[in-house]
Amino acid sequence: MIIRLTVNGTRQSVEVDGPESLLHTLRERLGLPGSKNACEQGECGSCTVLLDGEPVCSCLVMAADADGADVVTVEGLAGPAGALHPVQQALLDEGAVQCGFCTPGVVVSAAHLLSINPRPAPDEVREALAGNLCRCTGYGAIVRALAGPAGEAP
Amino acid sequence: MSTRLDTPIRVEGGVGASPTRPDGIPKLRGEFAFSSDLQADRQLWGATVRSPHARARIVSIDIAPALAIGGVHAVLTAGDVPGNPRFGQERADQPVLARDEVHFWGEAVCIVAADDRETARRAAAAVVVSYEPREPLTDPEEAARRGETFRTIEVVNGDQARRGEVVVEGYYETGMQDQAMLGTESGLAIPDSEGGVDLYISTQWMHVDHRQIVACLGLRPEQVRLHLAGIGGAFGAREDLTLQIHLCLLALHTGRPVKMVYDRAESFAGHVHRHPARLWYRHEADREGNLVRVEARVILDGGAYAETSAAVLANSAYFAAGPYRCPSVHVTAAAVRTNHPPAGAMRGFGANQVCFACEAQMDRLAAALGIDPIQLRLRNALGHGDHLPTSGQEITGSLPTAEVIRSVAALPLPDEGPGDDPRHLPGGLGLTTPRSAVHRGIGFAVGIKNIFFSEAFDDYAEARAVLTPQGLEVHTAAAEVGQGMVTVLQQIARSATGLSRVRVLFDHTGQIGSAGSTSASRQTQMTGGATLEAAAGVRAEALRRADADRLDDAGAWRGGDLVATLEELLAAGPITHLARHRHAPTEKPSPTGQGNLHAGFCVAAHRAVVDVDPELGLVRVIRVDTAQDVGRALNPQAVLGQIEGGILQGVGLAVMEGLVLEEGVVRNASFTDYLIPTILDAPEVEAVLIEEPEPGGPFGAKGMAELPTISATPAVVAAIRAATGRPLTRVPVRPEDIVGL
Amino acid sequence: MEVIHPSSLDEALDALTAHPGAVVLAGGTDLMVLVNCFGLRPEVVVAVRRVPELREIDGSFIGAGVTWARLEGAPWPALAQAARTVGSPQIRHTGTLGGNLGTASPAGDGLPFLAAADAVVEVASRAGGVRRLRWDEFLVGPKRNGLRPGELILGARLPGPPPRRQGFAKVGARNAMAIAVASACLLREEDGATRLALGSVGPTPLRARRAEEMISAERRPSPAAVAEFGRLVSEEVRPITDHRSTETYRRHAAGVLARRLLERCLA
Repeated sequence: MIIRLTVNGTRQSVEVDGPESLLHTLRERLGLPGSKNACEQGECGSCTVLLDGEPVCSCLVMAADADGADVVTVEGLAGPAGALHPVQQALLDEGAVQCGFCTPGVVVSAAHLLSINPRPAPDEVREALAGNLCRCTGYGAIVRALAGPAGEAP
Repeated sequence: MSTRLDTPIRVEGGVGASPTRPDGIPKLRGEFAFSSDLQADRQLWGATVRSPHARARIVSIDIAPALAIGGVHAVLTAGDVPGNPRFGQERADQPVLARDEVHFWGEAVCIVAADDRETARRAAAAVVVSYEPREPLTDPEEAARRGETFRTIEVVNGDQARRGEVVVEGYYETGMQDQAMLGTESGLAIPDSEGGVDLYISTQWMHVDHRQIVACLGLRPEQVRLHLAGIGGAFGAREDLTLQIHLCLLALHTGRPVKMVYDRAESFAGHVHRHPARLWYRHEADREGNLVRVEARVILDGGAYAETSAAVLANSAYFAAGPYRCPSVHVTAAAVRTNHPPAGAMRGFGANQVCFACEAQMDRLAAALGIDPIQLRLRNALGHGDHLPTSGQEITGSLPTAEVIRSVAALPLPDEGPGDDPRHLPGGLGLTTPRSAVHRGIGFAVGIKNIFFSEAFDDYAEARAVLTPQGLEVHTAAAEVGQGMVTVLQQIARSATGLSRVRVLFDHTGQIGSAGSTSASRQTQMTGGATLEAAAGVRAEALRRADADRLDDAGAWRGGDLVATLEELLAAGPITHLARHRHAPTEKPSPTGQGNLHAGFCVAAHRAVVDVDPELGLVRVIRVDTAQDVGRALNPQAVLGQIEGGILQGVGLAVMEGLVLEEGVVRNASFTDYLIPTILDAPEVEAVLIEEPEPGGPFGAKGMAELPTISATPAVVAAIRAATGRPLTRVPVRPEDIVGL
Repeated sequence: MEVIHPSSLDEALDALTAHPGAVVLAGGTDLMVLVNCFGLRPEVVVAVRRVPELREIDGSFIGAGVTWARLEGAPWPALAQAARTVGSPQIRHTGTLGGNLGTASPAGDGLPFLAAADAVVEVASRAGGVRRLRWDEFLVGPKRNGLRPGELILGARLPGPPPRRQGFAKVGARNAMAIAVASACLLREEDGATRLALGSVGPTPLRARRAEEMISAERRPSPAAVAEFGRLVSEEVRPITDHRSTETYRRHAAGVLARRLLERCLA
């Protein structure tokens, strides 16, 4: 069936098959492989996108039920002309990117957090990112990058 | 010719700085191509049929129902393997596809290629395999009794009649940890038109994969080319083959590109795991606390196939007595074959299991002696000039054991006890634990690890430096798995030449020689060492051509004069240097495990602060501080990243990670039930870097990425023991162990 | 596969009548796991995310489509505490209370509150109208609920306002994204009447009736009475051993949680 949705500000019309997940649609049909598949059970957050403004695991969204939705993926967060979103810059500067597989999900969750809480305390960062698993960094650099990213000490 | 530079040239982004990694922006933007993101025109999707039994005879395989599904292009079984039917890194004992028998839950029996992932999965489900289950061998001690061993090692050092006045004995167990890297197994194989194939793959060592693939495909080496694709973590899971041969078989059979991506459940089944271990120890000391004798018996459960068990066992055997002086040592160690899923490389590679047991023994010994556990370790600490108590090898490089112990012990402890914020209490937001129920404990452990491969393995790494008008290129086959090697190679090349514009390019297996594995804490010294030599060689040639004394992005300078631009330098022909770096040679062990078996050692100490709810057995790891011997921190931010990430994997083994096996079948092959630490489980970390330059390391650097995992585990468990009084001889520690049920 | 997107309760009930075997999709946090990992391929899906009647919270009624994220701010502290432990922020933005009821896992985080509060589950179908089932008539077994064909879960209704003294606690194997090994919800009236429900320690959530009876008679329980309460709870629960935990540990943990919740509520 055809679904119509807005992805990163662009209206899209796409054929989806059966109960396929929004993650599958984004990666395999819409040319947006930025969201990652590390578990397909909603246990790792690497597929996190914003759905109507809220962070969700796109692997748990049935694409057929995303008709009419407004979706933002990691690919939609950087600014024009290559400018990084502030959370991307903060993560880069703090060395919070290693293998990078969790990174898109972390970026989306973090961007959402900072949009509602611009100066999160470290514990608020942790609770907001509790659904994003990272196996490489031990999370230390992620917390340092995101807690008070305007240069304030955590 | 090898040239050595001890002093880095001052240049922006050189060693000692923490420049941003060159792949950071693509990763942050979601534009970095992991192997699971690759696409090719006309590609097919592969899927695997796996055994649900730990041991069974295969009675029949009926592929017709799968072939009957529209969109299915191939269904292959063991008979379709044209070359060597078995593969394996140490010995070729594992079938590419099982023929008559399966020996572990998850063993691959059949592979399919279809138009899309959904059809491939349906096809795999449609293959009818008829099994006759057999009784699996799951008891490693029984396996040892039956002589089902991949390797046995006996280490005998010193006067075996020595005895100490104070004796402590213990029995310990470690479970089956999984690497759980977020990027699952994936790759893309594209057949060429001449019977060969290009494989785009996530792996830790392309050349050793290549050797095995070529043998099983029955092709000439130049017909198979491996290209490094973007890797989503490894930690040892990519050291042995998983889907590589399968992908090539399907691509060659169908004449189409074939892509395969394991889902999480299949990933658990498809790669090697950390060896579960059983360890019996006896420590003897004199009344002053000098170690007199260590006896250890170690059994590692290697699972169904050899993988790298022989090398893992070596680490267990030779580090069984820890980083301590001891005049009398006897270790017997065996890696046994069972019908458990195969075990192999995981960060620490056999040192973790013995460190857990040995450090528990040191605490027991300290208690029996009435000596402070830190003082006991300091008293016996191994250092430069001492001899490894197992193999007898003299420590000729740096090994600041006493210093790492003192440094971490000197770090301040938290001045506040548990507060009321549930996020910092055991049980977290589950609100299980009032502050009044919390007991705090502090635990301490020291770990030692070798760097590089050992026991006379011919360990080398190649790198090629190429000067271009735009700057320097460094070509390598080394696997960047996330650890930041790609940045460090840039830094080394900059500091070796004075050029700041450096690109690292990953060549395929036909273009450059092996860099060896990204494992064994070796890449910084090996590929880093090769890069240093190659870059220095390019610089030397450039300076010779221009009769200059200095090189930078503008060109070659003599004094204050620019003698030639980079373009002018290259007018006479390319400037390129290929280096093959080797470390000091190592020896094979004698029948009693003696010899110069290793080419480098590193040491770290960890101190854990843990809050425990003893009544519920819940744990909150508050802090894990560390001091580690890193030779020289070429990129301090990346070093800290390895330390924090490694510590958390050690915490995972201590308190939450373990595959649950029932009669050889894994019961928790999902992230729902194989739990790795979340951000709310992560402790605070303070790291002290001890920089005693390592002779032969590029600019004094030393490998460091496994140690943070090794001694973090025993430090955390020691802290829980201190908080609860429970002996806790098994990891992962479960709540019921702490409660005493 | 056919997907129907009802925009009202009436449309939803019509869809379920027209397609008796249809699968109901709300947040998808349980259903999509079955699709992704267990091969579920429904022929008809009735997607109720947008049905406004299911998203209501009023004084005593919680719609089946109310998400955990909204329930983190619920006026009932014990339910809000439970909501905060569900999965992850991502799960909480789409997962619903109705999903807990529909899936009927004994580990459902919202179920101990409903059981302790004697909640009534309201379901409806075009043919049968509205039915009201007590929570224990609805949750009939592990992953088995009392829905009849064509029925949709409307929500849960609390028969009376829960008392001020209420609390929830859950034991999991790590500090986030953990399935409950044992969980508990306690409500205590000012006159001492106490209700205690436990999750993950029986085939369904269960009430510890004997323990409740004992402690309800104690207006100001002594430490010995509190300890006895915990002991009785341990005896009453019916846990099993599985890959997550053991029967003995769960039995022990249930007693500890019960005792500590009572202490928390008495303070």
